[in-house]
Amino acid sequence: MNEAVPFWRDERVLKWIAQITFLVAVVVSVWYLYHNMITALAARNLLPSFHFLKLTAGFDIGEHLIPYSRSSTYGRAFLVGVLNTIEVSFLGIIFATILGIIIGLMRLSTNWLLNKLASIYIEIIRNVPLLVLLVFWYTGVFLQFPRLKQAKILPGPTIVSNRGIAMPWGIPTAGWHTYLYILLVGLILAAIVWWRLTLIGKRTGRMPLVTVWSSLTFLGVAAVGWGLVTLIFHQAPLAMSTPEIKGLRTVGGLELTPEFLALFSGLVFYTAAFIAEVVRAGIQSVSKGQIEAARALGLNGFQTLRLVVFPQALRVIVPPMTSQYLNLTKNSSLAVFIGFPDLYSVAGTIHNQTGRAVEVTLLMMGVYLSFSLATSIFMNWYNKKIRLVER
Amino acid sequence: MSKRVFYILGLLLILGALLAACGGQNSSNAQPVKTVVVTVEAKGNAASGQGATLKAVKDRGYLVCGVNAQLPGFGYVDKEGNYKGFDVDYCHAVAAAIFGDPSKVEFRPLTAKERFTALQTGEIDVLIRNTTWTLTRDTELGTNFAPTTFYDGQGIMVRKDSGIKKLEDLDGAKICVATGTTTELNLADQMSARGIKYTPVVFETADQVFGAYEEGRCDAVTSDKSALVSRRVTLKNPANHIILDATLSKEPLGPLVRQGDDQWFDIIKWVVFATFTGEEMGINSKNVDKIKAETKDPNVRKFLGLEGEMGQKLGLSDDWAYNIIKYVGNYAEIYDRNLGPNTPFNLPRGLNASWKDGGLLYAPPIR
Repeated sequence: MNEAVPFWRDERVLKWIAQITFLVAVVVSVWYLYHNMITALAARNLLPSFHFLKLTAGFDIGEHLIPYSRSSTYGRAFLVGVLNTIEVSFLGIIFATILGIIIGLMRLSTNWLLNKLASIYIEIIRNVPLLVLLVFWYTGVFLQFPRLKQAKILPGPTIVSNRGIAMPWGIPTAGWHTYLYILLVGLILAAIVWWRLTLIGKRTGRMPLVTVWSSLTFLGVAAVGWGLVTLIFHQAPLAMSTPEIKGLRTVGGLELTPEFLALFSGLVFYTAAFIAEVVRAGIQSVSKGQIEAARALGLNGFQTLRLVVFPQALRVIVPPMTSQYLNLTKNSSLAVFIGFPDLYSVAGTIHNQTGRAVEVTLLMMGVYLSFSLATSIFMNWYNKKIRLVER
Repeated sequence: MSKRVFYILGLLLILGALLAACGGQNSSNAQPVKTVVVTVEAKGNAASGQGATLKAVKDRGYLVCGVNAQLPGFGYVDKEGNYKGFDVDYCHAVAAAIFGDPSKVEFRPLTAKERFTALQTGEIDVLIRNTTWTLTRDTELGTNFAPTTFYDGQGIMVRKDSGIKKLEDLDGAKICVATGTTTELNLADQMSARGIKYTPVVFETADQVFGAYEEGRCDAVTSDKSALVSRRVTLKNPANHIILDATLSKEPLGPLVRQGDDQWFDIIKWVVFATFTGEEMGINSKNVDKIKAETKDPNVRKFLGLEGEMGQKLGLSDDWAYNIIKYVGNYAEIYDRNLGPNTPFNLPRGLNASWKDGGLLYAPPIR
């Protein structure tokens, strides 16, 4: 019975046919959707074009990290939105991580009060939609601060009112650029110190205080550089600017608007609750024997955590942490609801003023996708670095 | 390893696309926009081409009208859940002209930002949502403006105790404004022309804008003057707020339709003119039946569909204008019902009076 199997019953051929059919189906549906869009847009004289990015925007944006005015282009307005999103996401990720780790550790604490407080916090925050939290922070907290005329002035002076928080801040002077280079040199020196000391530690078996020495190197360079720049430019690289109330606004210093504060607080406190759970899960995944062994070696509580538990827990923590970071970045688009000019909000205005729905949405998707992929790449690299090397 | 390569490739691809997009001029701009063939087959739900909109509306049995749901006097939902207001009445007028029944309308509440997309995609048949007629909107959005139904101007509202009397007092102020409005652009123009520094705080909906203003987030709020008057009534203590005298802009508000269906455009235009004409001729919902029975005036007879077959030229029945006047009323009736002396707004007619009374409302002859 060595009869050849007919091709319509040959499993290899059938598999190929299934694959090709699927591919054709995908291509056809994508092509159909694209064709439908182009036809519909053409019928309305709206063929896709990104030409509008070069046109004058004509509207103002409340907060911008780069110079922007109404006579800037739509492209620049878009960039302002991108930078605002990066600003709030970047700061949000850092603070959410710190707060999340603290709460996660509290949750594992044997102290009854700390433990319960952390549990209650996590349960409440995780079970309330973020949008509700944002509105709460905005209208319930920051807009309820006193009016500017009755503003509360904290030492500093820091002016707290329902226009936001204005605090003293350094304003870059002529020497600032030079100083940045000096800081870069300090960073490189600190890295070299780190590397040398680690080598010495590995050779001698006695690890010196690597972190302390490299930090000291950096701070030393920073301090000497500050003095040097002050001598050369006859003024410090950063000049102190303090806020004061002038008419309807505060002038000078750093002004944090209620919109920014509400978005930042909402994102940080919300994401921290999830990060706390991730941290707890990670720490609990480290087997009890490890902790007992560390104790038996005479390590104290903090040393056990830092040298034994955390390095092992990180392997479990990092992957879900990545998705929390991505969530935070994407959730920042809820800013539109409380009037913070993030990417989504500005893009919405551009879409509205130009009527270019498809192009603006594509651009926006592209930017969020880049953010997410960049975060993923970094976190995957970090994850690989801390992975247990098996011999 | 290969996964990482894939990620990086993907990222580069997107960044490349973004750069190409931002480089606009030389790449995507090269497409010739002017060579579009007008006779495109009707695709999906979006009716396009001559007569397609009227046919779609008739087949459907009702009109889909995009309106505001947050602007008392113009478009809002009353306690019983019915849409009411000046703009809403114009939706009823279009329905009356087509079906002889003003109730055959489905309303779509839209934000300032959503409105043009809703019209472009054919989700609505006509947009009657206090929308300002500008050159850019008339040309670049693929829309056409029917005659202005309400001549407005942009104003600024402040708290009485703020001591702000004129625009120059607003130096350094925070000003609440709705996104996607001409107001947002005028504000930027007017303030930069006067060299006044201010910070806009931008929200999507009118409720958010006025909510933030009331909470004290902003020193001032800006919108069309009619909208300020209308929203002031909804604030906790209306007497504590004043509207500055300065008018920042011209804001002619009127209905919009998609480009490409001139018959539909004509219908919307002439529905508006019919309400003007009714007032000019002194015909209103109360006396229209009597006048129709008695009149000998050829102009009135043409208007009410007794001679001349005016309706058929629009693709409607000849009593189209009669239905508008009978079921919705002439311009004066619509205005008084929603904005007149017996309403909380009590807006004077001003520019919105008939040309016979020194206003701007002037309808071409129906003949």
